[in-house]
Amino acid sequence: MKKAFPILAILTAGLLSYALYEALVVAPTEQTMGDVQRIFYYHVPSAWTAFLLFTINFVASVIYLIRRSPRADAVAVVTAEVGVVFCTVVLVTGPLWARPVWGIWWTWDVRLTSTLVLWLIYVSYIMLRRFSTSGQTPVLAAALAVFGALDVPLVYFSIWYFRTQHPQPVIGGGGSIDPRMMHVLLINWLAFSCFAFLICWSRYRLERLRRDVEEMQSLESLLEPRSAR
Amino acid sequence: MNFLYAAYAATWIIHIAYLASVVNRYGRLKKELNNLKGK
Repeated sequence: MKKAFPILAILTAGLLSYALYEALVVAPTEQTMGDVQRIFYYHVPSAWTAFLLFTINFVASVIYLIRRSPRADAVAVVTAEVGVVFCTVVLVTGPLWARPVWGIWWTWDVRLTSTLVLWLIYVSYIMLRRFSTSGQTPVLAAALAVFGALDVPLVYFSIWYFRTQHPQPVIGGGGSIDPRMMHVLLINWLAFSCFAFLICWSRYRLERLRRDVEEMQSLESLLEPRSAR
Repeated sequence: MNFLYAAYAATWIIHIAYLASVVNRYGRLKKELNNLKGK
């Protein structure tokens, strides 16, 4: 498995470079927005990847609550953290698109507000994991993740069911897109999904190492009084 | 065009900063594990 990582990393770097070329050069220029519309090729795949990671976090949290599997708990931690990174990209690129197109950086409509709430829920999840010293932290975090995941469909479907300033969905829900744009969008999503998988892989190794260190520290603290005698 | 470049640059700055934090934490924990094994 260790040998596969550099090969996958090279392939992902190639795919990301190709996706960037497609987004900046190959994709047709949108008539009303111009080049700024190309932000869409980073904004939307980042949002889809964040949703995917939060969904995996939800599944892993449910598995942890049922089976108390440490591996499921580690997967939950990893996907929450990487999901927050991708959600941060969404919250940064969105206003950078909105400013030239809407004339404002931000508006408190359902899609934008629910995305910000989603980000805050998972940031609080990470804070809980990082700063709580209770032995029940993984259970509390899993419960928070299960309730937090309810916001994912709310964010996704908010533009279907509420009147919002955000553009309509490009797949279903009344929106439409040029097939060449859709092709570039899907390539970028594939590239960002592969990239997310690699980051999760690295972060999972870090999580396992962190648990090994914690285990050794607790063993050492048990042995210390004996050696001190 | 400036907004487009700003968005793409911000995306990669966020990802690279996060990757750097993962590498940094990994190095620190590896060192700590080696210290614990050495005791």
